[in-house]
Parts: sequence; C-alpha cells; structure tokens
Amino acid sequence: MKNKITINIKFITTILVAALLAYAIGIYSILPWWSFVITNVIVAIAIPQKPLTSFFSGALAIGLLWACLSMIIDQSNHHILSTKVATILPLKGSYITLIIVTSIIGAIVGGLASLTGSFARKTN
Amino acid sequence: MRLLPFLTSAIVTLSLVTVLNTQLSIGPTKSPKLGYFLSPQHGFWKNAEKVNTNFDASIVTNELKGNVDVYLDDRLVPHIYADHDEDAYFVQGYLHAKFRLWQMDFQTRVASGRLSEIAGADKLSIDRFFRRLGMVYGAEQTEAAINANNPEMKSTVDAYTAGVNAYIKQLDPADMPFEFKLMNYAPEKWTPAKTYLFLMFMSYDLTGRSAAADLQLTNTRDYLGYELFDKLYTNHQDSLDPIIPKGTVYQKPSIIPIKPAIADSAYLHQTTAVAYTNVETPEAPNENNGSNNWAVSGSKTKSGRPILCSDPHLGLNMPSLWYEVQITTPTHSTYGASFPGSPAVIIGFNDSLAWGVTNAGRDVLDFYEIKFKDTTESEYWFNGTWNAVTKRTEVIKVKDSADVVEEIPMTHWGPAMYDAHYQNPQSKGRNLAIQWTAHTSSTGVETFYRLNRAKNYDDYIKAISLWTCPGQNFVLATKSGDIAIKQQGAFVARWERQGDFIMPGDDSTYAWQGIIPNEENPTIKNPERGFVSSANQKSTDETYPYYLGTASSFPLYRGISVNKHLIGMSNITPEDMQALQTNNYNVFAATARPALMKYLQVEKLSEDAKRMVTEMTNWDLFNSVNSKGITVFKIVWDSVEQAVWGDELAGSSIPLTKPDAFVLLDQMLRDSNWSVADDINTKDKVETLQDQVTLGIENATQKLLALEKENKLEWSLFKATKVLHLTKMPALSRLNLPIGGGVNIINATTENHGPSWRMVVHLTDEIEAYGLYPGGQSGNPGSPYYDTFVDYWAAGKYYRLLFLAKEKLIQHERTKWHIQFKTA
Repeated sequence: MKNKITINIKFITTILVAALLAYAIGIYSILPWWSFVITNVIVAIAIPQKPLTSFFSGALAIGLLWACLSMIIDQSNHHILSTKVATILPLKGSYITLIIVTSIIGAIVGGLASLTGSFARKTN
Repeated sequence: MRLLPFLTSAIVTLSLVTVLNTQLSIGPTKSPKLGYFLSPQHGFWKNAEKVNTNFDASIVTNELKGNVDVYLDDRLVPHIYADHDEDAYFVQGYLHAKFRLWQMDFQTRVASGRLSEIAGADKLSIDRFFRRLGMVYGAEQTEAAINANNPEMKSTVDAYTAGVNAYIKQLDPADMPFEFKLMNYAPEKWTPAKTYLFLMFMSYDLTGRSAAADLQLTNTRDYLGYELFDKLYTNHQDSLDPIIPKGTVYQKPSIIPIKPAIADSAYLHQTTAVAYTNVETPEAPNENNGSNNWAVSGSKTKSGRPILCSDPHLGLNMPSLWYEVQITTPTHSTYGASFPGSPAVIIGFNDSLAWGVTNAGRDVLDFYEIKFKDTTESEYWFNGTWNAVTKRTEVIKVKDSADVVEEIPMTHWGPAMYDAHYQNPQSKGRNLAIQWTAHTSSTGVETFYRLNRAKNYDDYIKAISLWTCPGQNFVLATKSGDIAIKQQGAFVARWERQGDFIMPGDDSTYAWQGIIPNEENPTIKNPERGFVSSANQKSTDETYPYYLGTASSFPLYRGISVNKHLIGMSNITPEDMQALQTNNYNVFAATARPALMKYLQVEKLSEDAKRMVTEMTNWDLFNSVNSKGITVFKIVWDSVEQAVWGDELAGSSIPLTKPDAFVLLDQMLRDSNWSVADDINTKDKVETLQDQVTLGIENATQKLLALEKENKLEWSLFKATKVLHLTKMPALSRLNLPIGGGVNIINATTENHGPSWRMVVHLTDEIEAYGLYPGGQSGNPGSPYYDTFVDYWAAGKYYRLLFLAKEKLIQHERTKWHIQFKTA
C-alpha cells in the first residue's frame, strides 16, 4: 500500500517535471517542435520507472500539456482558427476533435520518448 | 541498458517523429508537417489570435530619421504620423508585413514564376507561363530605370523595403503567418524588385487578357473567316455612351498610323492555322476586371461641394488586395486603400482632393509570329535579313525536383514567349514574340506618390502623366470644386484592328508606329453636365482619331447605367452615392427583355416555359438578392445566344471566343432578320430570330426547372458570391454571400469578382469619406479582423473613414491602440 502511494507520487512528479521541461524548451521556437523528445528521455533516465509506467507518464505529460495549451489558446480565440483548421485537416470543423488530435499526437510521441529513456537505464 | 527494447523503442520514436515532421502527399496537395503544425508552441495554434488582443507596442529601431506614431482605430486601420516621408513608408512597409506578410510573399511568387519553389512541379506550368510572358524581365526594366534616374522613388521604395524587412527580422519563427506553416516554407527578405514585380502583376491583371484573347481571336477568325468574324465580333456598339461625351471634337492626331498595304490579305483575311496555346496556363485575367468611378460637381450636390466615388472591380480574395491606411507627414496627409507590397495610397484622398481609377481596357499587348533560322533559335527573319537573338535565362527552382531552365529568345519585339520549347501539339512550329508596354520601364509608383501629395488639377495632371501601364481612367474631384477624368497610359497609336490578331513578325510595317502623346489622351474637366464618369466603356466615340481595340474589351452597359442615373440626380448626398454604387438595376435587361418578348412566339411554348416567361416579365429589373426573375432572364439570354451562334462555333476543336451580348441585342433592336440566326446544321430550313428566341427559352426552361428543384432560383443562391482565400481553400474563404448585382450592373458583383474597394468622398472642408472592402485589415485567418468587413460589404453598407489630424485622432472614441516607433 505504502509502496503504491510512493509510486503514484513519483508518477505524478514525473509527469509534472516532464511537462514543465517540455514547455520550457518549447519556448525556444528556434528549436524543433520535437525537442520535448529529448527532455522526456532525460526525465525518464533521471526518474526510474517501469517501462510501461514511464510510457504513460511521458504520454500524459505531453498530452496534457498540449491539450491545456491548445484549449487555453482556443478559448481566447473563440475557436476562430481551430474551426477553420478542423475543416482543412479534415475533422468536420470540430475544434474539440482538433484539440483531442493535437493532444494524442503529443501524447504518443511523448510516451515513446519516455519509454525509450526508461530502456536506456540500466535494469534495476 | 536493455539493448533490444531500447533500440526498438528508439527506432519507433524516431520514425514517428520523422513521419510527423514530413509533408505527406494527399492527392495533388501536401499536408503540413503534422507534428510541427499541431504543436501548440510552434504550429498553427500560435496564430490563433486573442479576440481581445492589445495591439499597443513600442518598437525601437535605428532605421528611422525620427519618431513615428501609429494609432489603430477600431477597424484596425493604422493612422501613421511621421515627421519624415521616408519614415512613413518604412512604417507602412512594417505594418503591411505585420498584417499581410504571407500574401505579399505569395503574390510576388505568382508574379515572378516562383510557385514551384514552394509547391513543387505541380505549379510548373503556371511558373513557366509568367516567366515566358516576361514578368521578371519587365520588373527588372523598371527597377533599373528607377535606380538610375529616380532617387526620390528609389529612396521611397528602399524605405518601404527596410520597413518590411525590419518586421521580418524581429519575427519569431513561431509567430510567422499561418499559411507559411500550412505550406511549410518560411518568409524571405523583401526587396525593391518584389515591389516592382507586384506592380507588374497588376499590369498583367489589367492588360494581360490580350495574352490569351489575341490567340483566341486569331483562332476564331481563322475558323469563321474574316467576313463572318467581323459580323459576330463587330467593333461598332450602337448604344455606346462613351466616357468623353459623344460629339466632343478631338484635335488633329500627331501620329497617323498607316495600315500596311497588304494587311487585308496578309493579315486580316489570313486564315492559315496559327498557334493555339493549349498548355495549361493560369486563368486569364477576369474579363470583368473593370471598375466604376465618377465625380459629381457642386452644382449637382446638396452641399455644393463635389463628391467622388471609386470602386475597382477585381477578383474577390482574402487576404484582400487592399489595406486601408492613413499617412500623415509634414508634406501631405492622405487616406485610402494601399497595396500590401507597395508604398503610398493607391485609391484615396488627401486634404485637398480625391482620386480614383478604372481600367482603360486599351490593347497594349500584341503577338508577332517569328521565323527562326534553325532549331537553335539564334537568328530570326526580319525585314529581309537574319537578325541575332539574345537568350534570356530564367531558372525555375522546383521543390523536390531538379531546376527547370527557360532559355527565352529575345527579339526586338520582345520575348519569344512561344517557341519550340513552349507550346502544345497544335502550335507545332509556331513561334510568337510578345510586345507589351508593361515590358518597358514604368514610373507607376511615382504617379501614386505624386497623387498622394497633389493639391489641385495641375498636380493631378502632372502626377498621372507619368503613368504608362496598365492604362487607367483617373477621376478627380478637388475641394476647390474641380472635377475631371483622364484616360492615361502609354497607348499604342493603332490602325483599325492592328494587333487584334497575331501579326507577321518579319515585317516592320506591322510594328507599333508610336505611343499616343499624353495631351491627346481623352480628357474632360468640369463638363457642363456636372459629372464625369467611367465604367470601362470605350473612352470616346468613333471620331477619336485612334483605334481603341476590340469592342469585347469595353463593357457597354454599366457606363450607360451610371450616366443615366447621374443625369437624373440632383441635390446629391454621400448616401445617394452609396446607393448608386450598390445599385442593382439591370440596364441591359431593360433593353433585352422587351427585345426577347418581341421575337418570342408564346403560342409555341410549353406550360413550364410560359411560367418561366411570366417570372421574367414580372421581374422588376433589379438584380436583388432574392430575385428569381434575374436568374430566369440570365439563363434565357444565355440559351438564346447559344441558339443563335452556338452552331457557328460548335465545330471547332479548340475553344473560341464567345461574341459579346451587345452584338445580338443590337441586331434584335435593328429588327433585321439576321443571317447568323439560321442554324447551319439544318439544310432545308432557314431559322429566324423568332425561332431561336423561342428555342432558347424552351432550352432554358429545362435548366431552370432543375435549378428550381435544387431551390437555387434565387439570384444570390444561384450566383453564390464568394471571397476566396488566395489558396482557394474553402475553409479560409467566405462562401455564399447574400449579395445582388452582377455583370452589366453598377454593383458588379459576380461569383468571385466585384467591387474590391468601395469609396465615396465628399469634398467638404473637413473631408467626409466612406468606404470598405470585402475582407479585413488582418491577413491572419486566426484573427477576428480577418473578415471583419465582409458582411457589411455584402449588405451594401459603408464605414465612415476616420481622417483626422493627430491631436484629434488621439482623442477620438474609435481610436484603440498606439504603436510607437522610436529611434534607437
């Protein structure tokens, strides 16, 4: 029981740290969009977790980050652009779908990056 | 390390990142790089502008002579107050870039044949067309001439360029315009050459139709023979109401163009198969490219002061061709519509006068057939000798593909646009050189620069005397009470039908014999009737000593409508002028409907056709939004035309030019039984106009019933006016706008074409001006200012334009934001 709680705190901390680092490196727009792959790998190496746990923490970090950022932007834009992009892509003009797609793309790449990082560690 | 899982996982991650970082092919188009595009810190989300964005800013630069204040009003129109003229143009460049950078890049790419560079081989045919047409060549001539002889314009364009580049330099890649991200390329530095290329594109848009029309007319002439051609494509318009009123006496011409003695047989009646260009080319400039402008003198207005109106009819695009701006410096204070890509105001007013433009429609582009000595195309035959060709090399970069190199043979006529390397199977062996006034250096920028500063009629004449291409009708009204209109440009002194068809290129007698001196260009100042106007009709009646060009270049009916209304008006207010600019009366139908009814044999019609005829006869002759009568009329008229001359044109394997509507109408009004009415496919019967009108209505009824089923009989639903994004993507466009108007209507709004800027200026002591264009000041599809004016425009409404001195503007309730430019 005690062990499980520790893991959960670790899990959440990992998500927060990865998201924060991904956001921070994202500010440097001169760097490529996938720079968070590097930060996720580093976090996964620094904070040891089981591969699957690591995958989920990385996925949630980027998925939630991208979902939050796009939702905040979209809200203050009154969905003007997201509706248009969701027509081009095509997602039937649904800004909600577009936010979900954004989030999932970020999550998959983020998760795989963290998984790679966790495999990079020596087995414990 | 667990090597195998690590490697697997790493490879999967890298592969996914690579896929998301690649443009994927979806049919002919390419997707954006999805990972990049969707990244909230890099991609399109960054372009989703806060609806309550605060545009206040402070910009420090060492490129200015003094400080500049810009105030943005509630419509996001900048009011620039600068102590130095060059600073004002620097800031204009900066603001154009801030709000319209992608459009500026894209438009000049089209003009210079550089689309393939970003879009791949798919756009190569368009690029080759513009390269071979000599777009880059023409812009180079202008740039060289301005750099050599015109320091004032050079410093103006340089300042503008520096302003655009100052914006680009500070631009965070994450904030670059949406379309760059969508199409996956980045902005590049602006150059003066791009400004000249943009202006070159306007020359193409307004005079380049001949590049398609001359070939088509030649083929039509060849197919029909000159006798029949001259009937169907007559240059005589019975009902012409020219810009310069009929009966005006013209001075003796200083050039009397002489038609070559053998031209009748060797040119006009020559009917060997000639070049037809079936290679994919960009859409020819719209045949409705035109405009209205007029000015009424104080004698006709309620206030006793002149009112000027101008509405250029061009393709309706977003971001708009136009960007509103006020520029105030110690030398002048001007407001109006500017071109993102060029300094100064193009159509507008200052504190002394207002001006507007319409297209002159004169033919300034001809083709000459060239005979090369051999396949090297290094010599061509002219006046009995072989003449050397120089080759102009144009390199077209193609994305994901090898460069394409065009070696264009340059003759004394101009570039040999069509040769062995650029043509289609039908034009094999034909070589065509193009001569076009736009290839000559032009001081177009200076005309607007001077008009921005003009104080009176004389300044206006001086300013426009510099104008060469595209020929325009410049209308003027001054606070002091003058009104005037002048058709100005470098116009070729032509003999009748010179250049309507491809001309022999080996004989100097077919050459242009001169450019008409400016003093002989049609002009009128303060006429007795109290107004001046133009709507792209012929500028003069047939007593003007020079040939204007084919009648199809000069729409007849809008001009008739404008003049008819203006003659009948008095005590005019700006509101009356707005109503006239948006007027939907169909003067063509007013004449054509009774003509149709005269020839119609009602007893032969089906019940459905009778019902449609009733719909048409009950119509109030206004092309209003909900009108069904106009839809019926239009389809009936088109069907009758088809019945009359469809048979004559049907056998051709290549598309021919359709005769103008006035040709048929004039014949119907003359009450003659016209031989063309006969269906050449029925050998035993001679059809009359009566037969063809009746048949046309019956044919139209089938189409109309189908439309009725789809519920598309109402005019605006049938016409479906749209303002299209430059990429033509529907998601970025405004479709199905509820707006009336149409061809031949003062409110000349067709499917994707119409009044691209409406302006009404009342020349009172404090100028009272109204205007708008169908778009918005921001070119960003993610901005609430992207399409701000579209609905208002469709509804025929106007904004009061804020044109104020700095201290008054600062106080004004509509002033919202302040951008300061400070010297470092």
